[in-house]
Amino acid sequence: MSWVGKSPRRKEDDRLIRGQGLFTDDELGEGMLQLYILRSPYAHAKINSIDTSAAEALPGVACVLTGKDVLEHCDPYMQLALEPAANIQDYPLARDKIHFQGEPVAAVAAETVGLAMDAAELIDVDYDMLDAVLDVEEALKDEILVHDNIGTNRTWQGVYEYGDVDKAFAEAAHVVKIDRLHFHRYSSTPLENNACVAEWTRQGTVEFLCNNNFPGFAKQLLAPGLRLPIENVRVRTYDVGGAFGNKIWNYVYMALAALASRKTGGRRVKWAEIRTEHMLAAGHGNERTYVDTEVALDKDGVITALRSRHLDDCGAYTRYEPLGCVIFSQVLPATYKLRNIRIEMNQAVTNKCPVVPNRGYSRMQQLWFMERVVDICGQELGIPADEMRLNNYITDFPYETPNGCVYDSGNYPAMLDKAKELLDWDKWAAYRDQARSEGKHVGIGIGTTLDSGTNNFGQAQIMNPHLPFSGNSEACIIRLDFDGAVVVTLGTGPSGQGHETSASQVVADELNIDPSMVTVRSGFDTNWNTFVGHSGSYASQFAVTGLSAVHGACQKLKTEMRKLAGFLLEAAEEDLEFGVGEEGPQLKVKGTDKAVNYWYLSNIVNNNNAVLQGALEDVTLNVRHVYRPPFNVPDVEKKFGNLTLTYAAQLHIAVVEIDPATCRVNTLAYAAVDDCGTVINPQIAHGQVHGATVHGIGAAIMEAFDYDEGGNLLTATFSDYCPITSMNIPDIAYGNIETPSPFSYNGAKGMGEGGGAPLHTMSAAVQDALHGAGVIVTDSFVSPPRVYELLQNPNRETAVSVG
Amino acid sequence: MSTTETAAQDIPKVAVEITVNGQSYRREVEPRTLLVQFIREELRLTGTHIGCDTTYCGACTILLDGEPVKSCTMLAAQADGGEVLTVEGLEKDGELHPLQTAFSEHHGLQCGYCTPGMLMSSLALLQNNASPTEKQIRKGIQGNLCRCTGYHNIFKAIEAAAAEMRED
Repeated sequence: MSWVGKSPRRKEDDRLIRGQGLFTDDELGEGMLQLYILRSPYAHAKINSIDTSAAEALPGVACVLTGKDVLEHCDPYMQLALEPAANIQDYPLARDKIHFQGEPVAAVAAETVGLAMDAAELIDVDYDMLDAVLDVEEALKDEILVHDNIGTNRTWQGVYEYGDVDKAFAEAAHVVKIDRLHFHRYSSTPLENNACVAEWTRQGTVEFLCNNNFPGFAKQLLAPGLRLPIENVRVRTYDVGGAFGNKIWNYVYMALAALASRKTGGRRVKWAEIRTEHMLAAGHGNERTYVDTEVALDKDGVITALRSRHLDDCGAYTRYEPLGCVIFSQVLPATYKLRNIRIEMNQAVTNKCPVVPNRGYSRMQQLWFMERVVDICGQELGIPADEMRLNNYITDFPYETPNGCVYDSGNYPAMLDKAKELLDWDKWAAYRDQARSEGKHVGIGIGTTLDSGTNNFGQAQIMNPHLPFSGNSEACIIRLDFDGAVVVTLGTGPSGQGHETSASQVVADELNIDPSMVTVRSGFDTNWNTFVGHSGSYASQFAVTGLSAVHGACQKLKTEMRKLAGFLLEAAEEDLEFGVGEEGPQLKVKGTDKAVNYWYLSNIVNNNNAVLQGALEDVTLNVRHVYRPPFNVPDVEKKFGNLTLTYAAQLHIAVVEIDPATCRVNTLAYAAVDDCGTVINPQIAHGQVHGATVHGIGAAIMEAFDYDEGGNLLTATFSDYCPITSMNIPDIAYGNIETPSPFSYNGAKGMGEGGGAPLHTMSAAVQDALHGAGVIVTDSFVSPPRVYELLQNPNRETAVSVG
Repeated sequence: MSTTETAAQDIPKVAVEITVNGQSYRREVEPRTLLVQFIREELRLTGTHIGCDTTYCGACTILLDGEPVKSCTMLAAQADGGEVLTVEGLEKDGELHPLQTAFSEHHGLQCGYCTPGMLMSSLALLQNNASPTEKQIRKGIQGNLCRCTGYHNIFKAIEAAAAEMRED
């Protein structure tokens, strides 16, 4: 009997379907203050003065915070960038200048949120508006500076060069030049906004309940920001209403609740972000522009070399950046076998919302780019999209990419076959040809993508050689409680991925018991859970890092249990078997009825240890295991090394028809094939694929953060941004293949982010539909207005040339 | 004195009496108190969530006198005298509602933040239509966002619950 590979009902569901979860905003308390943040209406402005006197005089207001308070009590947050960008001063509140619309200017703590909002309206801020820089290419000219003190807007530049690019271009049968491509700004906008409850205790510690999805990391940034030892900051999470990476840097604003608590003598302070604040200031996905792209191909359409310049717009602050300038190189050649690559990566700050890791973070932008390259070359050379891919796919695994990443396993042609079968490719190809003959715009697009998981943090040194990070790790504690219960605590802070359930499946298999007999602690608490610097739920890694830690801890516990049971039962350890008897989970001597149950074992160690007469001193039945994947420090000079352990893959195909009147992209059929190696829980894995697919379709056709020339966000509410609903999604035919990873103990590959496959797929399908009309899809956003523009102004003549 | 100061200080509270999950509650509230705030903060029933500020997401959906209502878009005072059903009222005598069971069995939730609102909209749908088609299900929950599941398992869960409820 194996629980891994099955889909037991999720442990998390029992509380969530009853409305008994504990999301941060659900924490209520007598006398808790409510914090409201006043935000800048301008994108770029000088603050001349702030008058808070009327707000402070309003009855019910407990305190008002401004830049003065943060200067007095905070240090700027640590920056990952090299100088001069390392000198960006990132505080929880603006001090003398505004850098983006929505930047916090002041914060009010009051008895009710209504009073706090009333008071915020009474704060008089005198601004001088400044011209804003909103485009990354303009920003790189340094004519308008976002941060005056660093003297430039550039936050990073580096060249990734491998093979002999110039030689390959000299020998090429075809050279395709693509003028400009653009990956748009959006985010996965979790349904639960950012929130925290903070208390600055009389003992000088700060306690946070929050929904940060990387709480161990947040603690390391918050503590120095608040001028506290790391030990003095406790970060707790419980149920988190989706994160998708977006909640990694909400610590920036969490500090305000702590400062308000400090200023009010230790009262508990809640900050619950409002949706419009979230859209303005909680973080957008990375926006990227690709210029001067040239592709060398042989006569059969095999890509031999690529060169281009990429310009990443990270918004007003770097925060997690410029990591994206390295993370993309985990999937540098995407799923293709070209060996000659030169990409110059650049990043700049602009007067827009800072970026935050968003599902598919930075790899998706690279994969979309590569898929555009393949489709544009294919269409220009008259090679069908499927053939183009089969000509270029990597087929031998493990495969070392030109920059030293090792793709563990995969079978992209088999995924293509499976997706075609699910879709009924021949039927839709015939439909497309027929529809075209009737003048309709119908297209079929393929998107192949990778979901690289389990980061080697050594890649941070490629970005900044002074950063003391490398490798990866995850921790787990498993113990027998006084009553014999098996209790597991994880270092990961999940946000809907079902870690309690998956971990219990692994433990159940190891101990030969039922998952219902395993308690996996919900939520995360830096005072309670074990964790390491890499711990968290991010970068598609739980199935590898989290479950390897659980598995390793089980081995240690079993070793101790065998020793103890062998001693008590006077039996050889190899004669013992794990299982469930009449008195619950037990160890039994094979072929006999001699057994001890878990309560008995735990009680001996915890309450009754004289029985042991000094033996088995090392047996505690409370063990910790840290899993460390096998990584080396990358060669920083050559930008070479293995940056991620596993490479899950997805292949999607869409059939679309463009409505001639509305320019809406209607999806007629959609297939998604997933390969995440050995599947731990099929229902959860399938659910992740579905969720990522719908996110991606929404991002492709509906969701974008659009700014006007003044830096005003035009899609600052859900009603303007329009997240995808049940009415906008196609039926999705789902299938999977399993190529087990040779690098994880269980053959699993991290998954869940999904690699943005629908963005690649929808761009490809729209281009296929409109290529005959002279259109090249150069933007990842294909909403009706964008499609209308393309049809009005066909761009093929200027967007691409073939030599 | 500004108008906001006036609003905060001088406007008398209003008395409301609302029945929630079968129990009657009488409270004095600020006139601007939203129904969702009343449910969450006054009654401490935090299963009903808040996800947006423009009536788009549906996380706050409850039934008021049997009809689905986004409780962030209604004042508590407007619900005076009404009967409210929230997610906490779905389970009866320790027995889960078929919708609750079906959402779990069909993996119709991941993070669970949209789930209470989604359950209430689904209930309203099934009370009016015992055998909805998939198209009708899509329409029935179009006012409820889910950012995790991609909706398909929610459709399946509602179909399964409908079948279960028809049998009962």
